[in-house]
Amino acid sequence: MQLKSNVPEGPLAEKWDKHRFSTKLVNPANRRKYKVIVVGTGLAGASAAATLAEQGYEVSSFCIQDSPRRAHSIAAQGGINAAKNYQNDGDSIQRLFYDTIKGGDFRSREANVYRLAQVSNNIIDQCVAQGVPFAREYGGTLANRSFGGAQVSRTFYARGQTGQQLLFGAYSALSRQIKSGKVTMHTRQEMMELVLVDGQARGIVTRDIISGEIASYSADAVILATGGYGNAYFLSTNAMASNVTAAWRAHRMGAGFANPSFVQIHPTCIPVHGSYQSKLTLMSESLRNDGRVWVPKKPGDTRKPGSIPEEERDYYLENKYPSFGNLVPRDVASRNAKEQCDAGKGVGSTQLAVYLDFAEAIRRDGEATILKKYGNLFQMYEKITDSNPLHEPMMIYPAVHYTMGGLWVDYNLMTTIPGLFAIGECNFSDHGANRLGASALMQGLADGYFIIANCIADYFGSTNPDKVSSTLPQFVDARKKCQDRIQKLLRGSKNGPQGKLTVDDIHKELGILLWDHCGMARNKEGLEKALAKLPALQEKFWKDVYIPGKGKELNQSLERAGRLADFLEFAEIIIRDALAREESCGCHLREESQTEENEAKRDDVNYSHVSVWEYQGDGQEPVLHKEELTFENVTPSQRSYK
Amino acid sequence: MTTKSIDLSLEIWRQKDSRTTGVFESYQLKSISADMSFLEMLDVLNEKLTREGLDPVAFDHDCREGICGMCGAVVNGIAHGPEPETTLCQLHMRHFCNGDTIVIEPFRSRAFPIRKDLIVDRSALDRIIQAGGYISVNTGGAPDGNAIPIPSATAELAMDAAACIGCGACVASCPNGAAMLFTGAKISQLSLLPQGRPERKERAMAMVSAMDKEGFGNCTNERECEAVCPKGISIRNIARMNREFVKASFFG
Repeated sequence: MQLKSNVPEGPLAEKWDKHRFSTKLVNPANRRKYKVIVVGTGLAGASAAATLAEQGYEVSSFCIQDSPRRAHSIAAQGGINAAKNYQNDGDSIQRLFYDTIKGGDFRSREANVYRLAQVSNNIIDQCVAQGVPFAREYGGTLANRSFGGAQVSRTFYARGQTGQQLLFGAYSALSRQIKSGKVTMHTRQEMMELVLVDGQARGIVTRDIISGEIASYSADAVILATGGYGNAYFLSTNAMASNVTAAWRAHRMGAGFANPSFVQIHPTCIPVHGSYQSKLTLMSESLRNDGRVWVPKKPGDTRKPGSIPEEERDYYLENKYPSFGNLVPRDVASRNAKEQCDAGKGVGSTQLAVYLDFAEAIRRDGEATILKKYGNLFQMYEKITDSNPLHEPMMIYPAVHYTMGGLWVDYNLMTTIPGLFAIGECNFSDHGANRLGASALMQGLADGYFIIANCIADYFGSTNPDKVSSTLPQFVDARKKCQDRIQKLLRGSKNGPQGKLTVDDIHKELGILLWDHCGMARNKEGLEKALAKLPALQEKFWKDVYIPGKGKELNQSLERAGRLADFLEFAEIIIRDALAREESCGCHLREESQTEENEAKRDDVNYSHVSVWEYQGDGQEPVLHKEELTFENVTPSQRSYK
Repeated sequence: MTTKSIDLSLEIWRQKDSRTTGVFESYQLKSISADMSFLEMLDVLNEKLTREGLDPVAFDHDCREGICGMCGAVVNGIAHGPEPETTLCQLHMRHFCNGDTIVIEPFRSRAFPIRKDLIVDRSALDRIIQAGGYISVNTGGAPDGNAIPIPSATAELAMDAAACIGCGACVASCPNGAAMLFTGAKISQLSLLPQGRPERKERAMAMVSAMDKEGFGNCTNERECEAVCPKGISIRNIARMNREFVKASFFG
């Protein structure tokens, strides 16, 4: 596997401009001759499909939900970063670049991150033009708020529903192109296989969720915008249908998978409260602007929060990190919450929670101001927990949220398979070992609106792919492979459920295995144990799982089983990746590698690289490749938020 | 948090596919934690049905945090159930009592064919948006975000309308099967904002005509839509849509 980053030569700030000048273009009249498949309609997928169609390409867009408006980008609450410097507080493209690369603990590619910061401002302009109702100041200008890992106020927001509003912007642009006939929309379709012809990505196989029909589609390029794989852990803040299948199927066909162990565990989620729990709900990081995180000083203190006097509370983030306080990056906040709970200071019935307290902010600014900023979040919290954050502090605990790892891509967002591109959370490119708040929306839209169209033009302009049709044997084989797999999944269920397990039984087991050994803190012994346990769990799945119903009908158990089968295979590289990286960085804390103050200790001599896994076949050990990271413009330093 | 648990009788609409006739079936559930969400209660039922070799109940759901608009069913006659401004996934079992019978059926409307059990096809709503629920601006070349100042109050009003999650509860609860709250919300958002003004007439005409074409009814001020809307979208948006439509028809 060749890992050529294709980063252009020249000074950092000029790379993207130079690259756009030097890459090939496709003349507007010729673009209609090219077909592009875009899988996923979140921020990245919808914006890419719309933009490519606007430019004249023939686009086929696929989503798993009943409408492209429902992709999980919709759930992003807090905001989107941009280097506008509207607040005149010292922000710049350089600073957004630096904060992002430092926030990622120097495990991302300089050139990609710089380009992200460069196009961030265009995103805001584009979204405003589409009618996204961003929050405004009384004078009519755009409002900003602060987010973790930054000392400037650069986050644009639409109440606590920024992801929803940005997605509706992209969805409206997509809808306009569907109306114009340039985008053919396929809803309720799950991508099951990637099809290669002569080593190039030329199509996909899908299963229709309503009818169970298997179909294939051909194109000149395929773009995956299928999001992250947090649901490998069973409990996460992801939507129920979020999965790794599309990316994993591409990986099995030869796409390298980068940094799979980089899984972001978000500090402010509603704690787990029962074994029936199906998902975890995030409370936006923006709450840390006004909420103060604390635990009782005394371990095992079961008094109600209101009865614990100030001097007996430990505002541990403010005390430990005076300059960033409650706004330290997510990985730091999560680890500290775990540390407090491990020390017996956790609160609530499970003692796996810390307080996020708004009392002081309410005293300072009044209830009305706080409700204007966070009203919908408070309401959501109260609905779930039956407790009102205006009257008692929230209880929060970290949960799996976002995956920085993903398909390896070069500067052109192309995977190791020619003609297969990955954008948004699905790729690994911009967030290193930790993503800063309000940067996921930025990256999804940067890739979709402003980057991918250039990459696609360059690919078509320089390769001029031949036309293929889905009657080719490669397509027939791929459809058969998919059908066989469905038969294999259903094979063990003929004799009914007696003595069998459900899909969720096994998924929960996988989730616990990963959370316990490959969660917020990892060590060699635990990871090896998890790796050793995995084959038995995979075997149990194929032997003991019971799936009701048939393949050719609406069958939600079968859908879940297919996704779990891929999570079970994929889990191996999550664990192997965590095991191979014998340093701590960002989200990845190896207990063997910590500073004296228990912060993540990087090892730049040995691990300043992207780990890229190559699939070798069923039952074969995957091979690790490395893309060395070089830093010409920043000096990797030990992150300090003190 | 409570740790109370309750026993329930469920009456659930079961329908194999679009072509078959559906029927209510009864199920019993014991020891349901009051902290569970409504969909988690359905998960528990489905795990039970699966273990008994029966077909689990098909229902749409995704984010389970009240924002994607994928979930929804009529619970005891009310779309999304008894709690105001709450999607089905955010409805918690603490709002039910021990021994309750809960009747669960799909969102019913002429424009929403049933696909299986509680799953309906709401693609008609997408087609209304495709008719004109956008500002025709290509990617690139947008002016600076601060080039057009928008009063905070206007942005907030537009946001109130833009909060619609497209779940279709408004349609399911309307005696006329109207999608006017949904359509009105999008027309309002875009006509309130200066960016949306150039196309306001074409937009109002196109979206209203798409709504009629899809088989949705018209508003007779029943206000059922507003009562069940999980995002509290006001029927003022219907009034605004009507004004936009009338202006476009007379002065177009």
